[in-house]
Amino acid sequence: MMPFNYARARDPADAVRLAAGRTEARFLGGGTNLVDLMRESVEVPKTLIDVTELSQEITARDDGSLLIGAGVKNTTIAADRRVRERFPLLARAILSGASGQIRNMATVGGNIMQRTRCYYFYDESARCNKRTPGAGCDAIDGFNRIHAILGASPACVATHPSDMCVALAALDASVHTVSATGHRTLKLADLHRLPGDTPHIETELAPGELITAVGIPPCSFATRSVYRKVRDRASYAFALVSVAAALDLTDNGTVRDVRIALGGVAHKPWRAEKAEAALRGGQATEASFQLAADAELKEARGLRHNAFKIELARRTLVACLAELSRRDEK
Amino acid sequence: MSVSHKSVGFQARKSTAGVAGGKPDAEHPVGEPLARVDGPLKVRGKARFAAEFALENLTYAALSYSTIAKGRIASINADEAKAAPGVLLVLTHENVSRLSPPPLFPEGAAGSTLPVMQDASIHWNGEPVALVIAESQEQADRAARLIRVTYEPEIAAIEFETVRAKAKAPKNILGEPTCIAIGDAEAALAQAPVRIDNIYRTPRHNHCAIELHALTAAWEGDALTVHDSTQMVHLTQKTLAKVFGVAEQKVRVLAPFVGGAFGNKSIWNHQILAIAAARMVGRPVRLVLSREGVFRETGGRTLTEQRVALGANADGTLAALIHTGIAGMTAHNDCPEQFTFPARHLYAAQTFLLSQKVAELNIVANTFMRAPGEAVGTFALECAMDELAEALNLDPIELRRLLEPDKDPVSGLPFSQRSLIEAYRRGAERFGWQNRSPVPGARSEGEWLIGQGVATATYPYHRFPGGVAKIRLSADGQATVQMGVHEMGMGTATVQAQYAAELLALPVECVTFEYGDSSLPSGVVAGGSCQSASIIAAVNAACEALFDELLKLVGHKSPLTGLIRTDVEAYRGGIRHRRDTDRFQSYVAILNQAGKDVLECEAPASEPSEAKRYSMHSYGAQFCEVRVNTVTGETRVSRWLASFDTGRILNARTAASQFRGGIIMGIGLALTEETFFDERTGRIMNPSLAEYHVPVHLDVPQIEVMWNGSPDPQSPYGVRGIGEIGITGAGAAIANAIYNATGRRIRELPITLDRLL
Repeated sequence: MMPFNYARARDPADAVRLAAGRTEARFLGGGTNLVDLMRESVEVPKTLIDVTELSQEITARDDGSLLIGAGVKNTTIAADRRVRERFPLLARAILSGASGQIRNMATVGGNIMQRTRCYYFYDESARCNKRTPGAGCDAIDGFNRIHAILGASPACVATHPSDMCVALAALDASVHTVSATGHRTLKLADLHRLPGDTPHIETELAPGELITAVGIPPCSFATRSVYRKVRDRASYAFALVSVAAALDLTDNGTVRDVRIALGGVAHKPWRAEKAEAALRGGQATEASFQLAADAELKEARGLRHNAFKIELARRTLVACLAELSRRDEK
Repeated sequence: MSVSHKSVGFQARKSTAGVAGGKPDAEHPVGEPLARVDGPLKVRGKARFAAEFALENLTYAALSYSTIAKGRIASINADEAKAAPGVLLVLTHENVSRLSPPPLFPEGAAGSTLPVMQDASIHWNGEPVALVIAESQEQADRAARLIRVTYEPEIAAIEFETVRAKAKAPKNILGEPTCIAIGDAEAALAQAPVRIDNIYRTPRHNHCAIELHALTAAWEGDALTVHDSTQMVHLTQKTLAKVFGVAEQKVRVLAPFVGGAFGNKSIWNHQILAIAAARMVGRPVRLVLSREGVFRETGGRTLTEQRVALGANADGTLAALIHTGIAGMTAHNDCPEQFTFPARHLYAAQTFLLSQKVAELNIVANTFMRAPGEAVGTFALECAMDELAEALNLDPIELRRLLEPDKDPVSGLPFSQRSLIEAYRRGAERFGWQNRSPVPGARSEGEWLIGQGVATATYPYHRFPGGVAKIRLSADGQATVQMGVHEMGMGTATVQAQYAAELLALPVECVTFEYGDSSLPSGVVAGGSCQSASIIAAVNAACEALFDELLKLVGHKSPLTGLIRTDVEAYRGGIRHRRDTDRFQSYVAILNQAGKDVLECEAPASEPSEAKRYSMHSYGAQFCEVRVNTVTGETRVSRWLASFDTGRILNARTAASQFRGGIIMGIGLALTEETFFDERTGRIMNPSLAEYHVPVHLDVPQIEVMWNGSPDPQSPYGVRGIGEIGITGAGAAIANAIYNATGRRIRELPITLDRLL
């Protein structure tokens, strides 16, 4: 690991001040990903600004929404009764990731900002457009079993590894930030970028812009929700495909509303808007679930090792919707 | 240097906590489920491992690895590294001293004969190109990242498809013939009414011992002390003496605690480079490989491509048994992955063709990994047997009964002891095999298809020559047994204290077993599941010598006067006449009478000739149940029962752990483990526990193990060794269960979910 400066921010404004003008500064949350990357020399920040003491609150509003501080530990969210009651898929998504020890350290802000697990991104001897823009991508013709089937580009086929973000994307969550130019709010689904020809630019955040909280709007039917993660071993592995879904059915079995996001398939948590549109207003049947999955995956493209993910995503999505439609709730 | 290096020894403490089945037997400690003697130290963090010796003036090392598979170093720029804070030395091929090539196992401990950093040539992607010594680990790690190397790459042999056509037969396979042909197996196959003929593939694997490879080394003049995480202290001593040109007695290697080894805790570049650097800086050095370093610099299990062809007669007997194939290897090592060995001993057949080749690659030298050969060989052979059973419409256990040979089918030697069919019978009863439907896909629960599979486990008996044991008996009634052997978590220290207590008729608390130190009498490597039998043979010899000496000491007025060793036996802390059992004297009385505080006797083990006269192997039947998800293809192992026939069991608790550990590794082999070797660059792309998937707790079901415990009449004390057999047959049992669940035969490992979609 290379030497670096360390500063602890007193409050978000202090964090922004400390980061101002330092393009090689990074905000430090639990460090469960950033410190690993520093050990591998993938990240070589000159300054770490510790923000772990900031924004530790989960605030529930009467309208059913939640505001989760960016410094809240993953374990705390998953254990929060309000989260579990209102947005059970979020608790399930978090608990399906990492290990107990890592979740005890990892923060909401850090989870959102974690970087891909592409093998070639981690290996300094490999070509990677994320590490060195313009260098090329060794994953496209290499081991790409865990790589993207949606929204990839010739420059990058990496995926975003978070489980939590998939649930947040499905829940229409927003991200609150602060920077030298003030406060703003973005939709989480718009925060992460597709790789295009600039895969090293992973989010819409400006340099020095700090995530302070995640807001989850009310969603009455999130109680009828699921997070299903498919992976290579029973625990402690990243998703090959994951599905976060919530379903709102009328009494006669019509889809009043639906939320779907996919994980492990793209450079960002993938909100499945096409599938949702296909389902809304129709009957909740196996056939309509198949059509919805087809609509979402029509553009999916497989590489040498990951083409199976298209079929896996289709099956998992259909199974999740079928399970939700069978569930006797509300 | 002021640090003393004391050999570690343990007294056993009796404890049966948590183990059903009763109390320790004071008269017969062997077989009792004694808790491991080093357990309390380990759980309290008091057991010092190789990287935990805080020597005065200690320095810290870090390695830098090549990023090409073959070629030459064009330049090394170490200026920035040398100027970095705390850096004492940057060792490269430009300034390293002359080092003799390390002798290859079994002459030495090395995994490869390649000279270590003696010129600019590169032989594999990941070969060390520089070693940094600094005042702290952080400084060393940082400086290693600052070294800039440029290369002149050459075309490397790294693509298996390309080299397989040039595969050739090695001279021999671990001393055994490369090819065994009995009759014309291909012709017999062609004419057989029922034929199975398939290709099976197994990928590269890497060892993931919990303790990383590590050493602390210190020179004092031309004397070298090394705390190394090794499974071969004496061969390491010999190898280092040769490499550094010093006398063997000047080198001391200690390894009292090793946190897992599984075959590759031997000599690789890192020890040699760290020790060379310690000599140059004139200070002790500690080096701990990173997990990435373990993948890059130490060898793993090689890939194999195997053909198994079975030609059966209408009655189910075998007209032809063919097992051939290719494994990847290098020009600098000798590990052909003996996957055809199980087929040489398991089944009766009218004709055999058992032959394997190696394809040379520019890779880190592949090496031994738990049941080398047998682990992957049984996958192919035992899957094929399952396929044949189905083709014959026979139960797979019934097929094994039909094919059970009455003598070794290849060598013709008698079996020393073999109860495989009995192991199957007992296991099947316990597992409830009779309830299994032979029709695939017959059982399901929700999304999950449920299937059951079975396969034979087998591993050869090995007793390595050269072991010497010393017994020291003291006048306070305590005995110490010494031998330079190894405890990597298997329970060696515990079971050998139990055995010596049994042999000397002492309470187990009165026996200390000392090991893990090259200054002790010559041990054997902890490999080939050989230690238990090899140690017992040496301890038996030392005990005979001890009894000879004791009987010489008894003088004229002892009840034992005039007796010779063959007249007597150990009994309750002393010696008595075998028939005239009242003639007894305690060890304490004999030593006191002779005015001796201590009596020491050392003796070498007998030559291991038994394996030349008998076909000696361990066996087992692996039963498992799996659930395969019809939506996602995920496989989960839900039940396991293994029934073993592995000779006498010395300690029920440590034995059960050994069996279970092997089976868990077998679950990894079957379902999750694969080293991603990028054939464009020769680079391993998943050198971490995050991406190299060993089974985690949730992947492992309750594993029930049982054994018949039948002593082998030809081995020392009836023991055959159990360290490796657990992994054998496990891959096939799972693959066969997956077939039973889904109707899909998967002949390539690991069976990841995409293969079942």
